[in-house]
Amino acid sequence: MKRSLSPWERILLARHPQRPTFLTYLPELFDDFIELHGDRYFGDDPAIIAGFGFFDGESVAIIGQEKGQNVQEKIKRNFGMPHPEGYRKALRIMKLAEKFNIPIFSFIDTPGAYPGIGAEERGQAMAIAVNLKEMSLLRVPIIVTVLSEGGSGGALGIGVGDYILMLENAYYSVISPEGCASILFRDSSKAPEAASALKITAEDLFKLKLIDEIIPEPEEGAHTNPSETADNIKKALKRIYKNLKAKPIEVLLKERYEKLRNYGKFLEEVRK
Amino acid sequence: MFMDWLNKKKESIESKKSIFNNIPDGLWVKCPQCNQIIYSKDWLENYKVCIKCGFHSQLNFYERIALLTDEGSFKETDENIISFDILGFHDTKPYSQRLMEAQLETNLKEAVITGLASIEKIPVNLIVMDFRFIGGSMGSVVGEKVTRAIERSIDMKLPLISVIASGGARMQEGLISLFQMAKTSSAIARLDKEKILYICILTHPSTAGVLASFGSLGDVIIAEPGALIGFAGPRVIEQTIKQKLPAGFQKAEFVLQHGMIDAVVERKKLKSTVALLLRLLWRKK
Repeated sequence: MKRSLSPWERILLARHPQRPTFLTYLPELFDDFIELHGDRYFGDDPAIIAGFGFFDGESVAIIGQEKGQNVQEKIKRNFGMPHPEGYRKALRIMKLAEKFNIPIFSFIDTPGAYPGIGAEERGQAMAIAVNLKEMSLLRVPIIVTVLSEGGSGGALGIGVGDYILMLENAYYSVISPEGCASILFRDSSKAPEAASALKITAEDLFKLKLIDEIIPEPEEGAHTNPSETADNIKKALKRIYKNLKAKPIEVLLKERYEKLRNYGKFLEEVRK
Repeated sequence: MFMDWLNKKKESIESKKSIFNNIPDGLWVKCPQCNQIIYSKDWLENYKVCIKCGFHSQLNFYERIALLTDEGSFKETDENIISFDILGFHDTKPYSQRLMEAQLETNLKEAVITGLASIEKIPVNLIVMDFRFIGGSMGSVVGEKVTRAIERSIDMKLPLISVIASGGARMQEGLISLFQMAKTSSAIARLDKEKILYICILTHPSTAGVLASFGSLGDVIIAEPGALIGFAGPRVIEQTIKQKLPAGFQKAEFVLQHGMIDAVVERKKLKSTVALLLRLLWRKK
């Protein structure tokens, strides 16, 4: 049944009120997690959780966007829409991980970076740009998992890595389907059409070679069995981390750059 | 055939003289900001900046080259990379039609043009965006040309200067466009490691995916007066926070005040300012 879901239906599943968020998976995937707060410049952004824990007995850095699971939590977490402080905190923790040669596991779940006055005043664009630049050079393996919503630059800001996974019903897009519908289709009710046109499902993105792997979800979606979903995530992460760990760092960095370098399709006219 | 025609058009990147001085007499321009009626000769001689209120009108690629580089020094690179409709994207019109229309309207093949030039006799590598081409949006071709330009700066040890004019990532290429942000930023990371100077010039508008990648990663960032500089568009912010934004929000002067850029430089001083930075930071004499 799930094979025939439309892109829009997948988005509805990705945004399902009962869909597990990062904090559901955190204790299932990692042991002894300790959260480390603050960007050391301005504040602490609850929309991004960062810290260290043990994965299968090994120390790892963990970065995750959290949307919140009830009304109070959602408000506290700003519905998973980070401010610049969140990106700067994430980078601080990732640099700390690099310093002690600890791999990084990043989890994406955001409708997008927060479009607000403070976020602009404190350099939302600049914070994201710096993360993209710095993550490309971090000398430790980085594994990125898109849990539910991969909202544009807000997602990419913690999303540069060596291997990109997506849960089966997650989506990852350059713009929200609603935003695209209102700008290009001139009609925000055309979000389902925009969702199809943008090619934002895990399946489409795997075909386009923009992501590396799809993690299966239970038949009716992740929310029907969160621990089975967590199990699937854990299995995939274990296998991938084992592979990445075996690579010398120079090889890993070279492959990361090549991966980034090869994004894009175009025609090139050869001149005589 | 179409490409030949485009090439022919482009060969005549005109001199500063012919772009800013050669105007038919007796034409008048109305300033879009203060409605002042300006004699078009004065308008162009002042680089499309209003003599009354200082409003900086957008410049296209040809004008930008004439403003910024030594006459006749610009040599385009990677001129033959063109876009195609990767996803079969169709909104109110097909993406392929949008591309064709933009090419016809601008005489350009894409929203970015890269090339080598000199500024007050100092050799530089240039990335120039043209907002008229689908809002200066970044898709595969913009990402590729920008990345090649960055790599060329590394290979040739040439300082890199980008002139930004962009609404962000190109929606019609979906996530591929978003990933151009990571691609260009990772190339900048290498440029930085090689200690090659990179200067960003932010013009109206410099927003979203381009600002959140190579557009704001310069060693020095300067902006033109009044340019809109931000991650989210003002309308999106107003809809989100459900209040009106203060006057001047996200304008170059506001962004300067908040510590995000190095300087706001009026257009007629842009070339000499860039040249001075090149002499101080790159040539060091």
